Amino acid sequence: MELRNISKGFPGVIANRDISMSVERGTIHAIVGENGAGKSTLMKTLYGLHRPDSGTVAVHGQVVDFRSPSDAIEAGIGMVHQHFMLADNLTVLENIILGAEPAKAGVINAREAGRKIAELAKSLGVEIDVNSPVAELGVGQRQRVEILKVLYRGAKTLILDEPTAVLVPQEVDELFDNLRRLVAAGTTVLFISHKLDEVLAVSNRITVIRQGTTVGTVTPAEVTRRQLAEMMVGSDLPQPAPRTTQVREQVRLEVKNLTVARVGQRDLVRDVSLAVRSGEILGVAGVEGNGQFELCSALLGREHSTGTVAIDGNDVSRASVRERMNAGLAYVPFDRQREGLMLTSSLWENNLLGQEEKFTKFGFVNVGAARAACRTVIKRFGVLTPSEEVPAFALSGGNQQKLVVGRTMSMNPAVLLAAHPTRGIDVGAQAAVWEEVRQARDAGLAVLLVSADLDELLGLSDRVIVMFEGAIVAELLPREATPELLGTYMTGAKVGS
Amino acid sequence: MAKNRNVIDALPRPVVTLLSSLVAILLALGICGLLLLVTGKDPIAAYRTILETGLTGNKLLEMLKRSTPLMLSASAVAIGFKMNLFNIGVEGQYLFAALIAAEFASRISAPPVLHVLLTLMVASAAGAFWASIAAMLKVTRGINEVISTIMLNFISLSVMQWLFDNYMRDDSDGGLRVTTTEIAPSGQVPDIVDGRLNGVWLVALFVVFCYWLIVFRSKFGFRLRSSGLNSSAAQTSGIAANRMIVVAMLLSGAIAGLVAMQSVVGEEYAYGPQATPTGFGFAGIAVALLGRNHPVGIVAAAMLFGFLDSTSAVLQLSGIPNSIVKVIQAVVVLTVVIVNEATARYMNRRTAEQTAAALRADKVGA
Repeated sequence: MELRNISKGFPGVIANRDISMSVERGTIHAIVGENGAGKSTLMKTLYGLHRPDSGTVAVHGQVVDFRSPSDAIEAGIGMVHQHFMLADNLTVLENIILGAEPAKAGVINAREAGRKIAELAKSLGVEIDVNSPVAELGVGQRQRVEILKVLYRGAKTLILDEPTAVLVPQEVDELFDNLRRLVAAGTTVLFISHKLDEVLAVSNRITVIRQGTTVGTVTPAEVTRRQLAEMMVGSDLPQPAPRTTQVREQVRLEVKNLTVARVGQRDLVRDVSLAVRSGEILGVAGVEGNGQFELCSALLGREHSTGTVAIDGNDVSRASVRERMNAGLAYVPFDRQREGLMLTSSLWENNLLGQEEKFTKFGFVNVGAARAACRTVIKRFGVLTPSEEVPAFALSGGNQQKLVVGRTMSMNPAVLLAAHPTRGIDVGAQAAVWEEVRQARDAGLAVLLVSADLDELLGLSDRVIVMFEGAIVAELLPREATPELLGTYMTGAKVGS
Repeated sequence: MAKNRNVIDALPRPVVTLLSSLVAILLALGICGLLLLVTGKDPIAAYRTILETGLTGNKLLEMLKRSTPLMLSASAVAIGFKMNLFNIGVEGQYLFAALIAAEFASRISAPPVLHVLLTLMVASAAGAFWASIAAMLKVTRGINEVISTIMLNFISLSVMQWLFDNYMRDDSDGGLRVTTTEIAPSGQVPDIVDGRLNGVWLVALFVVFCYWLIVFRSKFGFRLRSSGLNSSAAQTSGIAANRMIVVAMLLSGAIAGLVAMQSVVGEEYAYGPQATPTGFGFAGIAVALLGRNHPVGIVAAAMLFGFLDSTSAVLQLSGIPNSIVKVIQAVVVLTVVIVNEATARYMNRRTAEQTAAALRADKVGA
């Protein structure tokens, strides 16, 4: 596969500019870059989700023009999305053949399909029961179903978009084994990631993308991790270097026996007890979907729970969201667009959300003061925007996140629930957010930090807990927590003391 | 073409909105013209009749008068729309309120202005009461308000019939006039222009103004709009969804309660199954859509509908089916919604582009 001078522009976001690269058949070719560097845009071009403004894509020497994903599939290109697109209540087999059912006179030939899938699974080196419902599968197995689904359609080139984001270290190793087998059988794999260790471990060649354009292509033997990182960032790589902190005595957030139950399901959060002290960051590790979201929702008061929650010694177990916020709780949501922003509203209205009481006079919103407050946040957190009048959708994801974090921090909270506070934002902004959180921590803030980024988690936290299936299975100090050890706990393979 | 783009790009937002609405109306007239043509009528003649009769002084006054219930009904609907709450039950709420208020007004005696104010307050309370049933069902049992308000429309009619036939009907004149007892003069609102325009029109304008004040300027309105724009974000920020639903529904019902007041305290001085106009609850949905839930838009849309309604009798006389007026109204709503959607997309893209451009300029400058 060969890409020449691909460019694609969108209003307001970094897209692709003059991208050229060639991918050899039967190799694992990684595309690395920071979040927002334009990797996903490039992949969408390759998969026919949109057409490039200029430039050409050639497959096996032939220039192609994909107008839709079906064109790409026909050319033997398949994509495994970051977010799985499977129907939970169908079986593995049904999911795999969905849309490409082998049928005679309208009757699906399940046996034929089963045989073909078994063959594919064998070549991939996975064992899977094709008759079990997808709902019963774990994340790693679901991903394998997605890969099988693409292979079933005859894909000779696989595009994997951040495939390891949802996996624990052990599952990542398994995935890499599968990929190596595939490549040995002649399939080509395009592997998108921003995790350098993984890329170095599995790829034959690596193309680095920065600010929408290709910086260069290297082989893993030629570069060190550090060099690769510098290619990606364009300068020295910041890391949340551990700093000495003074955790104080005062417990600001105390949770006892918190359980979130759902009818007909196992408990989403199971008997969680924890305490966060003034000046302390408590990290929460875990594969996404193991109760972190529900824990935060319950602490915030959005989710019904049993057990007790106290903020600065005040019992808020039965309090409403607003009452908890008034008691000093603040929240950086998991998903800024879904839980944090009104995309079509101006930045100052977004900044007002949650603190409208503070900016009200006689029942009416004090627009002048609200705007001034927003300008302060924009300045302090370096939100890149022409003014506070701009609607939130016009900002890049990183700047949206900075506004959300800024809004939260400007409320001067006592306890901060921060869920993926730096997800999808650039390195500079990441460092700025870390610095703000640290400064507030040093000033006495208690932080509960949920993050999928282990570097961030280990670099910032004073203590780390691991959640698995809704319960805390381990508590560690960052210096004793290696990724492997965390991975063991995250899969539930081991329960700590 | 590129130059045209630039001209449009430079236009301020309200102008673009206005232009797009005008385009939509012209489009609708074109479509209806085709319809007339197909059915063998002369569209030019029809439109000329509409314009010639509509633009006379008396007809313009009639337009204003006809806009009164539409403005009120549309405001009631729009309050709900602003938080994605669909109050389809304005019809049932206002008719119920009309009966209760008319009966109340005929039974009390009070000094002139106070009598009217009390009547309006009772109408609002009755409308809010009827709306509260749907609100409670939604908050406590999670019942979709679209379903419950539609069903409550029918229940409202039945309850009213029972109340009216058994307790509130006044047959003292021998049953010629089937209404409640006539309201005393102290409870009647005088005309602004004799026989043409009633004072309740001013009440409707005032209500639209209050709608603007509450929804677009108050803290409550901010919470209402936030809940509508992103309910998940609003709840995460501590805005209690259930309370918002109840308050919004009560407000909507309170405004709905006033819809028939022009008839009750300004024209008929009573409620009657034949005397009190029906259908404004549904027309209000169209007007709110057409006016994009904005106070200025609501007033303009109510005027347009009132204008078209005022011409329908004359159309009939000149051999053009007056139902074409209803068709025009319906098509206008559709074209406006479609054109608005296109305009919104264009405006969003333009905003995003201009923001990106401003940021680039900033960087170059620095």
